[in-house]
Amino acid sequence: MAGGAVALGAGALALVLLPLGAVAFHAGGLSLSGPDLAALRFTLTQAALSALISVTLAVPVARALARRRFPGRGLLITLMGAPFLLPVIVAVLALVTVFGRAGWLNSLGAAVGLPPVPVYGLHGVLLAHVFLNLPLAVRMILQGWLAVPSERFRLAESLGFCPADIFRHIERPMLREVLPGALATVFAICLTSFAVALTLGGGPAATTLELAIYQAVRFEFDLSHAAGLALIQTGLGAAAALAAWHLTRESGFGAGMDRPLATRAPGGWRRAGDVLVLVLAGGFLLLPLAALVTRGLPGLADLPWSVAEAALRSITVALLSALIAVSAGLSLALAVARGGPRWLELAAVLPLAASGLVLGTGLFLLIQPVLPPPRLALPVTLLVNTLMTLPFVFRLLLPEARALEAGYGRLAASLGLRGFARLRLLVLPRLARPLGFCAGLAAALSMGDLGVIALFATGREVTLPLLVQQLMGSYRTGAAAGAALVLVSLSFALFWIFDAGGRRASPR
Amino acid sequence: MRPFLAACLTCLPAFAAAETPVLTVMTYDSFTSDWGPGPAVEKAFEEVCGCDLQFITGGDGAALLARLQLEGTATGADVVLGLDTNLTAQGLASGLFAPHGQEPASGLPVDFDDAHFLPYDWGWFAFVYNKTRLETPPDSFRALAESDLKVVIQDPRSSTPGLGLLMWVKAAYGDEAPAIWSSLADNVLTVTPGWSEAYGLFVDGEADMVLSYTTSPAYHRIAEEDDSKDWAPFAEGHYLQIELGAVLASSDQPGLARDFLAFTQSPAFQSVIPETNWMYPATEIPLPEGFETHRPETSLLLGAEDAQAIRAEALAEWQAALSR
Amino acid sequence: MLRLDELLLTQGDFRLAADWQVPPGARIALIGPSGAGKSSLLAAIAGFYAPASGRVLWDGRDLTPLTPGERPLSILFQDQNLFPHLTLAENLGLGLRPALRLTPGERARVTEALDRVGLTGMGARRPAQLSGGQVSRAALARVLLRARPLLLLDEPFAALGPALKQEMLALVAEVAGDTGATVLMVTHDPRDALEFAALTVIVAGGLAAAPQPTAALFADPPAVLRDYLGHRQ
Repeated sequence: MAGGAVALGAGALALVLLPLGAVAFHAGGLSLSGPDLAALRFTLTQAALSALISVTLAVPVARALARRRFPGRGLLITLMGAPFLLPVIVAVLALVTVFGRAGWLNSLGAAVGLPPVPVYGLHGVLLAHVFLNLPLAVRMILQGWLAVPSERFRLAESLGFCPADIFRHIERPMLREVLPGALATVFAICLTSFAVALTLGGGPAATTLELAIYQAVRFEFDLSHAAGLALIQTGLGAAAALAAWHLTRESGFGAGMDRPLATRAPGGWRRAGDVLVLVLAGGFLLLPLAALVTRGLPGLADLPWSVAEAALRSITVALLSALIAVSAGLSLALAVARGGPRWLELAAVLPLAASGLVLGTGLFLLIQPVLPPPRLALPVTLLVNTLMTLPFVFRLLLPEARALEAGYGRLAASLGLRGFARLRLLVLPRLARPLGFCAGLAAALSMGDLGVIALFATGREVTLPLLVQQLMGSYRTGAAAGAALVLVSLSFALFWIFDAGGRRASPR
Repeated sequence: MRPFLAACLTCLPAFAAAETPVLTVMTYDSFTSDWGPGPAVEKAFEEVCGCDLQFITGGDGAALLARLQLEGTATGADVVLGLDTNLTAQGLASGLFAPHGQEPASGLPVDFDDAHFLPYDWGWFAFVYNKTRLETPPDSFRALAESDLKVVIQDPRSSTPGLGLLMWVKAAYGDEAPAIWSSLADNVLTVTPGWSEAYGLFVDGEADMVLSYTTSPAYHRIAEEDDSKDWAPFAEGHYLQIELGAVLASSDQPGLARDFLAFTQSPAFQSVIPETNWMYPATEIPLPEGFETHRPETSLLLGAEDAQAIRAEALAEWQAALSR
Repeated sequence: MLRLDELLLTQGDFRLAADWQVPPGARIALIGPSGAGKSSLLAAIAGFYAPASGRVLWDGRDLTPLTPGERPLSILFQDQNLFPHLTLAENLGLGLRPALRLTPGERARVTEALDRVGLTGMGARRPAQLSGGQVSRAALARVLLRARPLLLLDEPFAALGPALKQEMLALVAEVAGDTGATVLMVTHDPRDALEFAALTVIVAGGLAAAPQPTAALFADPPAVLRDYLGHRQ
C-alpha cells in the first residue's frame, strides 16, 4: 500500500513538473521580464490576503456550525459548500448581480440614498476569492472540530471549563493542526486565479502570474517566458505547502467511543454571536446563489436539446474522475498518516499551484509525438481532473486518516487486519463522512473545469461548461445563464448525493 | 464506460472511411456550435467535395495560432479559419501557411490582398449601448473620456476584440494614444478576459457600453426582436476586424484545402455568415433585412507589419495608463 | 517459549535492555516506575516498536520480520481495544478472521465466547452501549477466540474498580488456562502481581531484569523495587 502511495505521489509530482519541463525544453529555456515583478507582487498580495481572510472568517462559522444544533443545519452546511463548486465565470456574474454597480445591494443602497459602493479593485478580488474559498475553509475546519472525540468535550465539561478554557485546551490545538493546511490550500488556489482577479480587479493593475502566462503564450508567443512564470507560480505553491507542513502540530486527541456529542453549547451573547455569524455567512454565500437561480430560470426555456447530451457526458466524466481522485487521495492520506515519506504531502498540494495553461501545453507537447492528442481527450481529462482535485481530497482526508491511525492503527495491526479487509472494515466505515464529502467535491469540481484540456478538445464532444461558453460566445446570454444553472444544479446534486451518503454511512 | 467506448469508436472511422478523403478544419469554438456557421458549412461543402469535413476547435483566434505553432508540421489540420489581421505577421513568420491562390475577397470596405490569408467575414469594432438607458451616446473617444459613462472592455492579452481596441486607439491617435488611455481610465469599469464576460456584464446592466461590433445590435434585432441596442458612431472612424482562412503548408490534402478556401467565398458559405457568426460577409451578397441600419464613415486598419511592430508598445501604454 | 535475546530499545534518551526467557504457560507481571519502559517492552514484543538491537524469539523462531498480526500473540491496550463502529459480534469475529467472512461454525464460536465472558445476547451492541467492565470482557472474549500462545496486557483494566479488576484478572487466568497461554502483564499494583503472577519482571533504570518469583521478590524487595513501592511497605 505504501509503495502504491509513493508511486501515486511521484506520479502527481511528475504530472506537475514534467509538462513544465516539456514547455521549457520545447522553448529552449526559461525566461522572465521586468513587469513580472509587478504580477508576482499582486499575485502574492491577493493570494495571501484571500487566504488569511477566508480562513479567519471560517473559524467562527465552523465553530458555530460545530456547536449549534438547529433545523436545517445539514442543509445549510451543504448549501454553503456550493460556491466552491461554481465555474469561475458563473461565480463572477453571480457576484456582480449582487455586489455590482447595478447589483442588488447597490440598488438597495440607492433606494435609501446611499452612494454606490464599487466592487472593482483589490477588494473585489478578495470578495470573490473569499466567496469562492470560505466554504472550503469552513469545511476543512469543521472536519477538524468533528474529528475531536466527544469524550474530550465531555472531559472539558466535567472540569467546568468555560468557553475560553475549551478554546485554549481543545480548540486551539485542533486549529493548530488544521489551519496551516487550510491557509496553504486557499493560498495555492488563489495563486492561479486569473479570470476572477482580472474581471473584479478592474483592470491590468490586477495582473496575476497566470494572466502573465496567458500573455506570454497568446500575445508574445513566448513559451520560455510562460515556463519561467509557471515555475515561479509552482514554486510559490511549494513554499506554501512547506510552510504549512512546518507549522502543523498534531493535536494528538486520540480516538473516542463514537458517543454522540452532548455538550451544552454556551448561551448568552455567545449564542447571539453564533446566530449572527451564521446569518451573515449564510447571506454572503447564499445571496449570489439566489442571483444565479433568478438569472438562470428564465433561460431554461431557451436551452437547446444538446444540453442533455452535454450533461450526460459531463456527469460521466465527473463520476469517473471522482472515483479515481478519491482512491488516489485516500491512499496518499493513509500513507502519510502511517508515517510515509512527507514529501508525499508536497505532491498532493503542488497541483493547486500549477498553471493550467502551461500544464495543458506541456501535456500536449509530451503526448503529441506519440499519439494525436485529441484521441486522448478523455484519459487526459480524467488525469487532469484527478490531479486538480487530489489536493482537496488529500487535505480533507489527512486529519481523519491521522486520527484513524492514532486511534485504531495498533489494534488493527495486532489483529492482522490488512489490505482489502482493513479498507472494508476499518477505513471505509470510519472515514465514510469525509470520503463522501470528498467524492462529492471531486465530482462537482470535475463537472466544471475545461481550461486545461482545451488543446485536446475535438469540438465534437461538447461538455456542459463548453456549452455555457459557446452560448455566451454567441450572444445567447439568457440561455447561457440557464445552462449555467443546469451545470451548477447537477454539480450540486452530485455533491449532495455523495455528501449525504457519506454522512448516512458514518457511525457518528 | 460510455465515453471509453466512444473514444474507441472515434478511432474507427479513420479506418472505415479511408476511401473518403478527410478535410480537417481548425477553428474557434463558437464557429462549430449548433447555432454557429459550422453545421451549415459542413453540410454544404460535403455536398460538393466528396469528402468528409471535420472540425477541430479550441479557444479563439490567438489560441488557434498558439496551438498551430505548438503542433508545427505535425498538425492534423489542413485549413484554419479564424485568424485575424493582428495575427497575420506572426502567422506568416511561422512559415506554417501555404499561399491560397484565390482572388482577393470583394466585399470589404478596404483593399485587402494577401497571398496566404483569405478573408471570409469582417466587422467594425464599436461600443454598443442600450438606447433606452442612454439617449445621446458619446461620438468619439474624447467625448467618452469626458463623460461619466462606464464601459467594459476586454484584455488585449487574452482577447482579440481587446487587441482590436488597442489597435483602434493607436490607429486613430498614434503617439497621443497614451494620453487618450489616461483620460479613458476612469471610464473603464473593468477589463474582462474575453468578449463573452464583457458582453454578459453589459447585458446585465452593469455597464453603460461594451466593446463589441457594429453588427451586435443586429443579433438582438433579428434573433430576439429587441431594438433597444445600438452602436455609437465615433468620429475617429472604426477599426476593422477581418477574419481569415488559410491553408496549412503541411496539409496532406492541399488540393481539397484550396477548394475549401475557394468555397468560403461562395454564396453557400457567405450567406450563412451574417445570421450565424453575426459578421459582415466577405463578398458582395445581399444582407438580411434589418442586419444593418447605419455604417461608420471611416474604416481604420493597420497593415500587418505595422500592427506587429506596435503591439508590444501599445500594450505597455495601455497597461501603464489603466494601472494607475 | 518467549525469549528476549540481548534486546535493546532506544528512543532519544530512553534506553531499555532485556535478556531473558520465560517458561511456557508462565504468568509474569511487569512492574516498575512510570516511564521506565514497561509498555515499550510490550510494544517491542508485539511488533509495534523496532528494537535497536537484539531479537524477540518464540520457540526459537525470530519474530522480527513478522507484522504484529502475524506474531503468535494477542495484546490488550489501555484503551481502544474494540472498534466503536462495529458490533461486539463483529469485534469478536475479527479475532477469527480479519476479513470477517465467518462460517456458521465460526459464528457459533463467537456466540460461545460471548457466553463464556458473561455477555450473552449482547453481540449486536456497539461498544459505546457497554459499561467499562463489559468492554473488557468483550476484549478478553476475542483473546479467547484468537487462542494465541502469548498474551500481552498493557494495563487494560486500569480504569476498573478493584473488585471488577479482580474479576477480570480471574477471567484472564481462566482464558490463559484454557489456551495454555503465557501472559505478560504490565501493572502498577503489587497486589495484582502477588495474586496473579508467579513471576515478576522489574523494569527500572534502563533494565528489564530477568523474571523472579513474585512472592520472594516482594518479601525482600531490592532497592529499585523499594523505591518504587515507597515507604508504605
